[in-house]
Parts: sequence; structure tokens; C-alpha cells
Amino acid sequence: MKNPSLKLYAVAYLIFLYAPIALLPLFAFNDSKVIAFPLAGFTTNWFAEMWADQQLFKAFGNSLLIAVCASLLATTLGIFAARASTRYKFPGKAGILGLIMLPMVLPEMIVSMALLVVLIAIGVPLSIFTIILGHVLICTPFAVAILTSAFQSLDRSLEEAAYDLGETAASTFRLIILPLVMPGIISSLLICFTISLDEFIIAYFLGGNQTVLSVYIFGQFRFPAKVPAVMALGFVLVCISICLLTIAEYFRRRGIARTGGKDTGGFL
Amino acid sequence: MNRGSSSGRFRNTEAANGLMMVSPTAIYAVLLLAAPLIAVVLYSLMVDSKVGLSAGLTFDNYITVWTGRIDQALMLRSLTVSAMVTLVTVALAYPVAYFVSFHVRPERKSMWIFLITIPFWTSYLIRVFLWKVILGYNGVINSGLMSLGIIDEPLTVINYSLGSMIMTLAHAYAAFAILPIFVSLEKIDRSFLEAGQDLGESKLMTFFRVTLPLSMPGVIAAVLIVFIPTIGDYVTPELIGGGKLPMIANRIEAIMLKQNDKALGSAIAMTAMLIVAAVAVVFLLLNRRFLKGQSK
Repeated sequence: MKNPSLKLYAVAYLIFLYAPIALLPLFAFNDSKVIAFPLAGFTTNWFAEMWADQQLFKAFGNSLLIAVCASLLATTLGIFAARASTRYKFPGKAGILGLIMLPMVLPEMIVSMALLVVLIAIGVPLSIFTIILGHVLICTPFAVAILTSAFQSLDRSLEEAAYDLGETAASTFRLIILPLVMPGIISSLLICFTISLDEFIIAYFLGGNQTVLSVYIFGQFRFPAKVPAVMALGFVLVCISICLLTIAEYFRRRGIARTGGKDTGGFL
Repeated sequence: MNRGSSSGRFRNTEAANGLMMVSPTAIYAVLLLAAPLIAVVLYSLMVDSKVGLSAGLTFDNYITVWTGRIDQALMLRSLTVSAMVTLVTVALAYPVAYFVSFHVRPERKSMWIFLITIPFWTSYLIRVFLWKVILGYNGVINSGLMSLGIIDEPLTVINYSLGSMIMTLAHAYAAFAILPIFVSLEKIDRSFLEAGQDLGESKLMTFFRVTLPLSMPGVIAAVLIVFIPTIGDYVTPELIGGGKLPMIANRIEAIMLKQNDKALGSAIAMTAMLIVAAVAVVFLLLNRRFLKGQSK
């Protein structure tokens, strides 16, 4: 290394990023009702308490349903937009794509309030369905971003070769394009799933009396006695999202290798 | 299908194919984003949201918001917090992005980026809450320092303050700042740096005169990507500020839902959007200037 102090700084920065998360397992297994030093001893009681909470399972079930629906819908919409933006020129392209990507740069509070005002005005009852509508809206830009890079790395001549060999547009899409962008689709699904599962503002305001996981966690913060169980839950969630991300990263790299591109790193 | 020849020809043009392809996503965005935003604009101009548009249009709501002392103070606080968060995040992130781009071997770069992005994908609520646990009165820092015998009484400066809110948000958006800077550093042609040094510049001067200006688009993207969500943050003022240091998002919730004044609430939301848009435009113009300077 040419510059040891820079490397030292980068490592210190990583420690700063991970330090708060490292507290999760520490206090999830700590045998004390308060989150403070010194540590009191090892216990798995908090996991048992978490496991026994029926509300948690209901909220988790709702969250899973929402995340599956939202990631499928957002990825489908993302495929249309990404294919259109990489393959065709059409009037108003910049404006249309700008509108689709807009939720990425709007504060979520404004998105959720705008949706809430309209839903109330036209009399749609707040439910899991309305949360899905909102989540699809904010997940779609991420899906478009991931899928655009997947479609961009497609070699146009493969497609033309398929046409020359007598395939129709539909069968070319199914036989050539879809398999090549499949890794992109899978990582889009996983990223959208993670975003939806984690999202709080829209779920909080558009959910009516339906509780999802993030809203449940937010509610638990009001009760100091529940904090250790929340730490246990947080630890489980962190493990789950690291697994999902590792899978997403694996597919992303495989996709790049398959289309013969160079790995530039990162999801975004 | 029995269509006229002109529409048949139109259907096969590239423009028509492109529009057809993008239409499902575009229609969704129009119905669920453009239409609600227009509705908010209309609400913000209403005399009374319970009567509707028939009572006429007015700018009174905006005047109330822009001259109200509470609203002014909250806007200023939100701007201060997000400006500080942006400054801290980008300044701390730049050296890391620089390190990964210039000093890490190419095959290990994506591992570094992966490591940096992992904490960002873990539950945002839990991360914010962890900072509350760390900085609280009986929190990790205070109890840790006390059990080590460094302090006798809990430090109160670190809980429920603007500083701890800035700290929390800076941690939450760290990965957001690193990625765009990293991407723009990666794009820099390394031969420019050699040229700079061959022409007699020191390494430091090469950095300031070549690398930094060329990476400016990434820095500006990082600024926007951190600034926009932080100014509208709801969770951190609620949890870390203990509800005592509300920001715009909390104010919108209070007016819109608790006081059920949709007209005034919409005017606050629109004002927040205008602030965000103004800041975005300023930085995008700066970006254009940098790009222009490069092409000369």
C-alpha cells in the first residue's frame, strides 16, 4: 500500500459503520433488562420472548405478503421501463423516465402524504393493498436502475442473430433476452424485497390499522421493557438481510460474467 | 387485427414501440405519483380543505407557513440538520471512496463496496434506534464510560440534541455518499494524473487540480442523494430528538393528520418540496459548470 494512513482511515470508517450493528448480538444475548454496560451474562430469553409474541408473527406475515407483491410488481414495471429506455428512442423519453425515477429523489414523507390525501379523497380504505401501491411506487426506480444496467450490457447482435434465424420478437425475448437479464431480475427482486420489508413511513401512514414489521418495531420502542426483545429481533433481521444481499451479489456477479462485462462493483 | 395502414405503420415505428413498452410503468407513475402531487398543489391553494375547491383559490396557506414563527424555525432546523449531515457525510466519505478507487487492487474493489453497502441495507429503524441506545442518558457510552471509571455522572450533552441527530443521520446515509463518489473516481483516466505529475505538479497539487475537479459530479450527486432524504426525515427527530426537536416531516404529520388541516399541511409539504427543488437546481447548475469547465 502506498498510503498507510488512508488505509487506516478506511478501516476506521468501516468500524464506525459496523459498530452500532455489532451491539445487536451483544445486547440480544445479554441477561439484563437495560441496554447498558457492564454486561450481565448470557441468555437466550429475549429470543424466546420475541418468538412468543403473536403480534410479531402477524406483522411479519403482513410484511412478507407486501414485500413479495411489491417486489414482483416493481420488477415487472422495471423490466418494461428498462427495456424501453435501453432499446428504443421515443418522444418525451427523458420526461417519462424522469417521472418514473422521481420517487428516488422525493422525501418519502411527501410521497406518502400525497398518496394519503388522494386515497382519503376518493374513499379507498387504508389496508395492506394501499401499502403495496406505495411500495411499488418507491421500489420501481431501484428496479429500473438495476435492470437498465442489465439490459445495457446485452449485446444487440445476439438479438439480431435470433431474428435472422427466424425467431419472432416474443420468442427472442423469451429465449435470448430473458435468460441473459435473469440475474438482473433476481437481484432487482431481492433489492425491492429488502426495501419494502424495511420501509417505514409509507407503511405507517398508509396502513390504516394493519401492522407491518417496521411499524411493529417502531411501536415497541415506546416500551423500555421490550427493548432487549427488539435487539434480538434486530439481530435476526440483520442476519436475514445479509443472507439476501449475499445472494443478490452472487447473482449480480454471475450476470456480469455471463454477458462478458467487467465488474465495476456495487448495486447502484 | 384490422387496422388502417397508417396506424399499422405507426405501430411498427421505433417511437411507438418505445412508448408501448414504457406505458405500463409510465401510467402507474402518472396515476400514483403525478396525480397525487397535483392534488397536493390544489389542496395547498384551498381556502378550506373541508369545503373543497368551490370556495376559490388562495395563497393564504403559503403566507401562513412562510410567516409563521414555528414553521420558519422548523424549516431552518431541518435545513441546518440536513446541511450539516450532508457536509459531514460527504467529507468523511470522500477519502474512503478515494482509497477504494485508487489504492485497492481492482479484483478486491467490489468486495470493499459490498462491505460498505451491507450496513445500509439493514433495517433503518433499528440503526436509528441503536444510536438512541448508544447516546441515551443511561446508554452504552455513558454506562461504558462510567463502568470504566472515566466519568462519574452520565454526560447529558450527547442525548436529545441536534448533534446526536446529525451523528445518527450521517451514519445512516454513509453508503449513499460513498457510491456516487466512487463511481466518478473510477471514471477518471489515470493517465491524466501521470500527465499532471510529469508536468511538475506535486502529488497533492495533482489531486487538487485534476482528481478533485474531475470527481465533482460524483460529489454533487452524493450531496443531493444525502440532502434530499435527510431534510424529510421523520424517524430520527421522533426517536433521537425524543419528539422535542421536530423537523418538517413531523410538522407535516402534526398539521395534516393530528389537526386534520389538509390545506395548511399541503402548503408545508409544497414548501418543503420547493426548498428541496431549489437546492437541487443550485447543485445541478454547479455540476453543469464543472462539466463545462472540463470540456474547455
